[in-house]
Amino acid sequence: MKAWLRLHGMAFGATLARLARTPFATLLNVLVIGIALALPAGAYALLVNLQQAARGISGDPELSVFMALDAKKDEVAAIGPRLKAEALVARVDFKPREAALDELKKNPAMGDVLVALNQNPLPDAYVVRLSVNDGDALEKLAAGIRSWPKVETVQIDSAWVRRVAAAIDLGRMGVLVLAGLLSFALLAVTFNTIRLQILTQREEIEVSKLLGATDSTIRRPFYYYGALLGLLGGGAAGLIVYAALQFMNRGVAEFSKLYASDFRLEFLPAGDLGAILAFAAILGWMGAWLSVTRHLREFEPH
Amino acid sequence: MQAPAKEKSGAMIEFSAVHKRYPGGYEALKNVSFSVAEGELVFLLGHSGAGKSTLLKLIPVIERVNSGIVMVGGQNVSKMRSSAIPFLRRNVGQIFQDQKLLYDRSVFDNVMLPLNVTGVHPRDGARRARAALDKVGLLPREKANPIALSGGEQQRLAIARAIVNRPSILIADEPTANLDANYAAEIIDLFAAFSQVGVTALIATHDANAVARASAKVKTRTIELRAGELVAGAVNGDAA
Repeated sequence: MKAWLRLHGMAFGATLARLARTPFATLLNVLVIGIALALPAGAYALLVNLQQAARGISGDPELSVFMALDAKKDEVAAIGPRLKAEALVARVDFKPREAALDELKKNPAMGDVLVALNQNPLPDAYVVRLSVNDGDALEKLAAGIRSWPKVETVQIDSAWVRRVAAAIDLGRMGVLVLAGLLSFALLAVTFNTIRLQILTQREEIEVSKLLGATDSTIRRPFYYYGALLGLLGGGAAGLIVYAALQFMNRGVAEFSKLYASDFRLEFLPAGDLGAILAFAAILGWMGAWLSVTRHLREFEPH
Repeated sequence: MQAPAKEKSGAMIEFSAVHKRYPGGYEALKNVSFSVAEGELVFLLGHSGAGKSTLLKLIPVIERVNSGIVMVGGQNVSKMRSSAIPFLRRNVGQIFQDQKLLYDRSVFDNVMLPLNVTGVHPRDGARRARAALDKVGLLPREKANPIALSGGEQQRLAIARAIVNRPSILIADEPTANLDANYAAEIIDLFAAFSQVGVTALIATHDANAVARASAKVKTRTIELRAGELVAGAVNGDAA
């Protein structure tokens, strides 16, 4: 067990030394991987920010409950307490039809139209604020209210938020596709780098095998190399995304000011950044595994 | 050196009716049978192409037999699983005709290589590597690059690397080829010294002087290959 751990330690040390021995090549490889990963990581960071912004703008979702024009005063009044009794309802505001008409009359464009009418065409209405933003629960509640007596129409006012959420979901899928495609770039870079390493170390590998090195001993440093290259590339991607967001924040700050907001683009949460680093390290390891499996087979002695 | 594995016959190396044919049909070994006892120094004679190198390659399973049995330290290596071969090789010190030194690292690092691949602690490894270098007289040159060594020194370095893992068996393929008489004598003296401490050694050579020098110091035996067939054997030295 001690010897096994020592072999791992030696392989890791040798890998670090190998990376340090060729700093320029290492830097270039890390940059290529970093840029490839920065694209999906950056797009993901923007989506996370957009999602946060959408949440901030939407506030609490609302329902507008319009009563039938022939509803009597007591029938309208009975709806208010029923609405308040619903579990998802946070607040209920009643808007009488007369008040709605008065508001409409203040609009100069509507003045002539309303004069021509014999009676108030607007219904009594309730504006209902809800405590949750769950689309299915909202639909279910609205459907229930529609079946109440003298309720003509129920309108979900936060539908646009759901459209934004759907767009974000679509964007997320796009990011996944992009990440999948660019993962191949990382695999290819690692595969090729390890291939070159194997070729330059061909003699050492052959001699080591003759002297009693196991396949695992031969392969291990390359696995570490691939994983470290991926990890460093993931770190570079993080730095690139961070720098890009900071740069974009200058423009975002100006834009936000116009809407009296202090909105800023935030960097990725620590958990997401950790996942990107782990993903990059695993991809690097996979690239190394593919390369080592493909190329060491050609070596003598077996 | 490590304690050799024991087997019923007492032989450290045993070939029984071994045939080796290379792809293309060239028959390198034909029905070869012999054995080497523990601590024996055996010279394998024969002209170029006689099959000496092929025979040596069968011992650490660099090549596999087509038929017959090769026993090494009591193990049948003819059908050994690939995963077990590295562990066999650690117990067989090999000195190659082309030495197979690594010229991108120092003399010391070359000797450390077999220890590194087996996971020996670096401190212990360094001590053993220096002891091996000392034994072949190369300790003062431990920091040199092998390219800066003479032919004889390079051969001695290859021997140091072969013995650093304390193998119970040493095999050497033409260890005195391309060396002048003085260097060749140094190398043969080393093998004689290893034999005196119980190491089993099988040396392929066509250098009669090397055999004579070793036989003057220790008991040796010669076996001869001709066109892949074992044709003769003799005991030399103090037991002859």
